[in-house]
Amino acid sequence: MTMLQEREQTEGGQVSPGMRRNASFTPYLFLLPYFLLFGTFMLAPAVYGLWISLHDWDYLLPGKPFVGLDNYQALFDPASAVYDFFWQSMQATGVFTALSVPLLLVAPLAVALLLNRSFPGRTFFRATYFAPYVLGVAVIGVLWRFLLDPNLGAVNALLGGSTPWTTDLPWAWFSLVGVTVWWTLGFNAVIYLAGLQDIPRELYEAARIDGGGKWAEFRHVTLPGLRPVLLFVVINTVLQAANMFGQSYLITQGAPGVETRTAIMYIAQTGLRDFKMGSAAAMSYLLTLALLAISLIIFRLFRTRD
Amino acid sequence: MSRVRGIAWYTVLLGLSLIFIAPLVWMLLTSIKTPGEATQLPPTVLPQDPTTEAYGTLFETGSQTPVLRWFLNSMLAATGQAVLVLIVASMAAYPLARMQFRGKNLFFGMILATLFVPIFTLIIPNFLIIDRLGWLDTLWALIVPGAASAFGVFFLRQFFESLPRELEEAAVLEGANAWQVFTKVILPLSKPGLATLALISFLSNWNDFIWPIYVLFSPESFTLPPGLGILQGAYTINYPVVMAGAAIASIPALLLFVLAQRYIIEGVSRSGLKG
Repeated sequence: MTMLQEREQTEGGQVSPGMRRNASFTPYLFLLPYFLLFGTFMLAPAVYGLWISLHDWDYLLPGKPFVGLDNYQALFDPASAVYDFFWQSMQATGVFTALSVPLLLVAPLAVALLLNRSFPGRTFFRATYFAPYVLGVAVIGVLWRFLLDPNLGAVNALLGGSTPWTTDLPWAWFSLVGVTVWWTLGFNAVIYLAGLQDIPRELYEAARIDGGGKWAEFRHVTLPGLRPVLLFVVINTVLQAANMFGQSYLITQGAPGVETRTAIMYIAQTGLRDFKMGSAAAMSYLLTLALLAISLIIFRLFRTRD
Repeated sequence: MSRVRGIAWYTVLLGLSLIFIAPLVWMLLTSIKTPGEATQLPPTVLPQDPTTEAYGTLFETGSQTPVLRWFLNSMLAATGQAVLVLIVASMAAYPLARMQFRGKNLFFGMILATLFVPIFTLIIPNFLIIDRLGWLDTLWALIVPGAASAFGVFFLRQFFESLPRELEEAAVLEGANAWQVFTKVILPLSKPGLATLALISFLSNWNDFIWPIYVLFSPESFTLPPGLGILQGAYTINYPVVMAGAAIASIPALLLFVLAQRYIIEGVSRSGLKG
């Protein structure tokens, strides 16, 4: 206690009001309710999942024999039953991420720049662009399944023709990416907008005096000013894309065959419909590792640009 | 801005609004069309013969798709989770914002890390934990596990840190203990932050799809999002009924958004800046 107080005084400069009079266990009591939930539904499953992945864990069977790394090995063995489907689903997730992330980085920035000045109706326009995001994927999914219906949908009625938006490639990808951009553009735009408003006016004025054009201003003031926000937007957008589930589940149902069935869809199907939980848990861990690696690479890229 | 440029400017902005809003309006309009008119080619925009038939079908008693029940379940789950999040997240955020204690950095780092681990990857073990708790096919499965999300703790910690310390110091001088400082000073000062967090928690639970489709089985324990999946399967091309279901799931969310737009948008943009 005294040691902590001393450290606090030297590090923090001032003693916080709650600190002096509290018994040393006070902070832990405050944390306890949350920590119970965190431990039960975050930490425990993270460890439990690893345990499951080392077993031939069929929910419906009494015996769950230990199999070591077999579930992982199967994912890398072309002769195994899961190999083709798993990598097919990873590929679908990869295609979706590669197509949607660039759009979701650029288009919302353009919208944010459009809104980053004061004019009558600004709040109204911002709200309309954000509106789809407050709806859930279930609403978005059934709505666009209807709008994109090749025979009866409004999209083909508007454009003419009978494009198979939900049943054939590459159209199914255009649909999934387009709907996702429409749905979540407002979220990234609002975050960009907050970032833009944090850039000091003086920097723009200085750039104007230096006589650069609009483009120079964008490159030398706006983009560097957005960096902290950009890191969040990039990582969050990639993680969201990699977790895509509902759009495929409701709009294409994986069509034409299993080409648009994403990794999360396949994992949920394997573990929670076919009840092959050991194999599904191993897939989850592999996907998580891949995503952690990608997050780290993005962090590195942002750091080396310093 | 010149007049011409001003007009061009607003045309672009309005065109964008149309792209985002028109599909939602289409959903509402379709929900009051007859099944025949909804799939007629070329489509009509305004219903020629507006009818509440589709809503009637959904609210019929004894139907295989008890939408009213789903609506109530969704309300209960979303409200329950919002309340639970407010309680546990505010309690956890307070010491993280204002106290020094052993293990603080470790604890903070641990919950920070979970923001980078997509929650879906825990879906298999969490299913088994819910099973052991006896919560499968109950609303507890929708209310409790989601409250372990680190978002609320981060959000409120940041909000508490932005509060002035003077009032707390005054309360301590008057002999208040930590719990009294928390309930009498911190919480009343944090109403906007708590309201924002409640709204965001409510909406994200209201919209949750993947988790309920796997932990709920019987039609009467469904919430609206998995229910919509059932409607889509049951009424295939009876689109007014499917759109009426989607409208019922949308209206509370859109209403909250219209009423509390500023809170929601500012809450969201702040959470992003936290990065």
